[in-house]
Amino acid sequence: MNAHAPLPAASNEIIKLAVLAVGGQGGGVLTKWIADLATRGRYAVQMTSVAGVAQRTGATIYYVEMAPKSERLPVFALSPAPGDLDVLIAAELMEAGRAVLRGFVTPDRTTLIASTHRILAVSEKQVPGDGRAEGALVEDEITKAALRSVCFDMETLATDAGSMISASLFGGLARSGALPFDLSLFEEVISASGRGADQSLAAFHAALNYDPATAQTDPTPESAPQADGPETLMQGWAELHSKIDLFPTSTHAMINAGLRKTVDYQDLDFGNAYLKHLGGFANSNPDLLETAAKYIANAMCYDDILRVADLKTRASRHLRLRSEQDIPSGEIVHITEYFHPRAQEVCATLPARLGAWTEANTRAFSLLDRLTNKGHRIRTDGIIGFGLLWCVSALKPFRRKLLRHRYEAAHLDSLLKTAHKAAKTNEPLAIEILKCQRLIKGYSDTHARGHSKFSKVIAALGILETRKDAADWIRLLREAALMDEKGEALDGALATVRSFAT
Amino acid sequence: MAERSFAKEVEHLKIPAGETFRGEGILAITKALLENGVGYVAGYQGSPISHLMDVLADAQDILNDMGVHFEASASEATAAATLAASVHYPIRGAVTFKSTVGTNVASDALANLASGGVIGGALVIVGEDYGEGSSIMQERSHAFAMKSQIWLLDPRPNLPSMVKAVGDGFALSEASNSPVMLQLRIKSCHLLGEFETKENIPPTMTVKDALENPKRDLARVVLPPASFLHEQEKVTKRLPAAIKYIRNHNLNENFGPEQGKIGIICQGGLYNSVIRALQRLGLANMYGDCDVPLHVLNVTYPLVDDDLLAFAKGKDSILVIEEGHPAYIEQNIRAILHKAGALCAVDGKGPFPEAGELTGTVLLDGISTYLHDAASDLMPPVARAPNAPPVLTMPELTATVPARPPSFCIGCPERPIFAATKLVEEELGPHHIASDIGCHLFSINAPFDIGATTMGYGLGPASASAFNDKTAGRRSISFLGDGGFWHNGLTSSIGNAVFNDNDGVIIIVDNYYSAATGGQDILSSRADNASKSTKHPIKKAVEGMGVKWVRQLDRTYDVGKMQSTLKEALETPETGPKVIIASSECMLNKQRREKPLLKKAVAEGKRTTRTRFGVDEDVCSGDHACIRLSGCPSLSLKTLDDPLRDDPVAHIDQNCVGCGNCGEVADAAVLCPSFYQADLIQSPSRLDRLLDKWRQRLITKLQKSRDAKRLVFSGEHS
Repeated sequence: MNAHAPLPAASNEIIKLAVLAVGGQGGGVLTKWIADLATRGRYAVQMTSVAGVAQRTGATIYYVEMAPKSERLPVFALSPAPGDLDVLIAAELMEAGRAVLRGFVTPDRTTLIASTHRILAVSEKQVPGDGRAEGALVEDEITKAALRSVCFDMETLATDAGSMISASLFGGLARSGALPFDLSLFEEVISASGRGADQSLAAFHAALNYDPATAQTDPTPESAPQADGPETLMQGWAELHSKIDLFPTSTHAMINAGLRKTVDYQDLDFGNAYLKHLGGFANSNPDLLETAAKYIANAMCYDDILRVADLKTRASRHLRLRSEQDIPSGEIVHITEYFHPRAQEVCATLPARLGAWTEANTRAFSLLDRLTNKGHRIRTDGIIGFGLLWCVSALKPFRRKLLRHRYEAAHLDSLLKTAHKAAKTNEPLAIEILKCQRLIKGYSDTHARGHSKFSKVIAALGILETRKDAADWIRLLREAALMDEKGEALDGALATVRSFAT
Repeated sequence: MAERSFAKEVEHLKIPAGETFRGEGILAITKALLENGVGYVAGYQGSPISHLMDVLADAQDILNDMGVHFEASASEATAAATLAASVHYPIRGAVTFKSTVGTNVASDALANLASGGVIGGALVIVGEDYGEGSSIMQERSHAFAMKSQIWLLDPRPNLPSMVKAVGDGFALSEASNSPVMLQLRIKSCHLLGEFETKENIPPTMTVKDALENPKRDLARVVLPPASFLHEQEKVTKRLPAAIKYIRNHNLNENFGPEQGKIGIICQGGLYNSVIRALQRLGLANMYGDCDVPLHVLNVTYPLVDDDLLAFAKGKDSILVIEEGHPAYIEQNIRAILHKAGALCAVDGKGPFPEAGELTGTVLLDGISTYLHDAASDLMPPVARAPNAPPVLTMPELTATVPARPPSFCIGCPERPIFAATKLVEEELGPHHIASDIGCHLFSINAPFDIGATTMGYGLGPASASAFNDKTAGRRSISFLGDGGFWHNGLTSSIGNAVFNDNDGVIIIVDNYYSAATGGQDILSSRADNASKSTKHPIKKAVEGMGVKWVRQLDRTYDVGKMQSTLKEALETPETGPKVIIASSECMLNKQRREKPLLKKAVAEGKRTTRTRFGVDEDVCSGDHACIRLSGCPSLSLKTLDDPLRDDPVAHIDQNCVGCGNCGEVADAAVLCPSFYQADLIQSPSRLDRLLDKWRQRLITKLQKSRDAKRLVFSGEHS
């Protein structure tokens, strides 16, 4: 392994190393290994950590200093100082970013060893849209900030080896050559650590010998959806599918996905209806057509009880569940679903007229609510539970006659009309309008909230549609609507819009 | 059962004399207590000295063998009062707690102890929870030392110095009949190092001896006229005795050249960081040999006038490096020099900021500024133009990296309590919510954003006392943990609410342990504890206090029940405090307890169930409402390989412990049907197998019959 490069100032005979981790990741284990490594390599070593509440899933920091052993004890500092670190190990991508921001990684001397996987912070996860921090930017910036860097996903390497990330990070440290110790010494440390040493060694070597070239083989690109089924349906599908060719090539992938979704959701006729709706945009610019292909499919395939029952009773779902939950083949798994349909959802599943009457009749509705509005635990590995959902999903052929469909058809109709109207003069605006379908998602209150946000944004068209920058504004409003649950950001943005309407 | 077991480490406590002890700072302190003939030890857990309590608890047998009494005190006040055993008896005693919060609680007992004085060495080991990693308000313990005349040790942060300070502390205490406070900073407590051992010494007098030969000296009891005499005695006898001892035994140290134009005085605890700054300026080598005269105060109170005058003699100026505000030491040194008419100038706060932790950067900048002004000739070229690390400005990175405050663990039973509270607030509107100290305080962060104040341990409901107006249309809600409840809450919070007929709602979060400090047992813990009396229900204590409206919930994960109970408490016409005791075991401790048992059961082929939760990705619509009511670390996001999807869907990773909170929340908040519970049956019975076979056969048949009538797409997902 490489010896550590000599450094100018007096304190640089001391090697300074910090570990930044998320509480619960095993940063303590790694730090102890490093201390043990130093001791075995005849170095005097000191290690400190900040325990306390940060260990509860917060950002934590461990610090190690070491110097060649001699008669006298060196004076070691107890915490890292910005600009004064030789090695920085980060057990997660954003923690590496934090290390750089705190000045613990500097291009003149710091070797950075970081796992590029993500553990999302609550602030990223709780956003109704996609609040995740931009990982690629961080990866780029941290590499720029370091003298040398060893950055790849060490979490997956560790998990694949049945071990913890501490082991693969230790492998990353050995790989970097930043410490003046032989590889065999690293291995000795792990072997002496007892329980799980074999798995740890495997993870250690996986990181040590990691080859980005072989690791980045893309999964085989997904080919066009293969359908399987009875002869007549297959013929119908082939016919329907061939109609895609009438659209520009650049839009085929999206239309393919949309067609497949609508047919899967309902039937071939539904797919046909989809293509018809899409036909209205056939002469538009391909960007608009592609956007329409995406959001018309999403608007048509609304989430209702039938859909949920259908998805939860499919064979493919059982297979996916078993693989996600690491259920070995042949083992028994009991599955309990958490359902809580309200009267609204039940009403929407009634034939349109009956459903509408019930909704309008307060007494009937509250009776229905009393009967249905409670949580249900349904065992879908059991015959009764599965049977129940299977029966509900069997209502699918009647879906077009149900109250919910009436609502959703009206919604789609209005969405299309609004988009078409805009498209006449302002295609980018039509794109942004269609994209607002993204706001409508979820079930019950979430769905209602999404709908209300959607309506608010679309209503702003009254003020905006004549403006040249209307598309930008609708985009801004939509993005604001996705920022928080209650729509506070949206209301703020709308206030701005109203302010220039007068 | 504490979070960390020191069963293996405590064996080190038996190491005979002359060997190298290797371990954490707090373990070294424990060994030092034994080497110095301690007779009893008590304390209250809290970072950074929690592990000191855990080590002692695990070392119970060793302590018993040596005739040393150990107890986990009910509070810091109890711990400090325990030192009363050294008032009339020559027994060395030590107590420990976190500071300044613990010292605040202990101050009544400490002040009384310091007034009467001690004859046996009395050592108060405080874990100074200050600076990075601290979880409390930033104050100094120094004020307590000054006001009560307790001598304050702040040793250099290395194991030999810290171990020596324990011995010095006992001896100083006995020489001056005063209690001594030994201050340990966060990082010193957790630093791993080495020291040479001495023989353990059993106490010359044990608590048993004292019990059997009781003594009484009226002059030591804090009551007039003795109390007035104590005040005089403190300054006329005890202080001079302490100063004499500190001087004669060179407790403070000098480093660097004897003569110099300038000099630096620093607290012992800062020594290593000061040397580091000097190293970076090229004024010290790796071993701490430095070019600047350095006076290190291992005793920060009282200061020794003669030592300081001698150090200042012949110097143009000195720099006082002192952490925290107010600058008591600097003020004291200025006064000493002024009184003696010394001409030496004093610098301190000025080159250094008035308040805040003295981090590496702050020290480097402060010392560098001072030296530039006071002794630029002393500075080597490297210091005059230090090879400053390139300053990187990365605005994009700054904007991107999210904050990561600590939060509830995976499967934490407190999460559903706050999910229920959030749901109730959505229905009934916002309330004034008072928080307390403990893991449950994480509720103040996202996604719950619940809680307006925290006023001290066990004082959650007490801090809602003023909000007691019978005509108001809304009630206050206050939280209190089981740790805080037994520490102080029973009287200060519950008793007060009963006495004043406060209508507020009090939620006691009972997770069976003092969880935030590392899972130590408390009175209401459900565990069997060989040396402690546990299993005292909180409900009985609350009822004993006179609360009429009490609800006990034994499964906090039942969000619906929690929600309806809280709603009932807020709406019931009944007056007086409404107390909800929400009990479920701390998941961290539960896992630690159950995992080995489960592993064993699986190995033995016993029928067991492994529960995990999952999200159906095609049912999830990516709104993340579930995350806004949970925040569980194992509930995260996943991008689907589907061009029709914009937003990532919820996803539960392999770390799920199957607590059920996400499913319960989805049900209680009527979110969506994406969550499922998957129970893997390990070592199934014959009946399990048979039933499963039948079920699967029928289910497969139904699935096949449907698939025969529809199109099935490959890699089916929508």
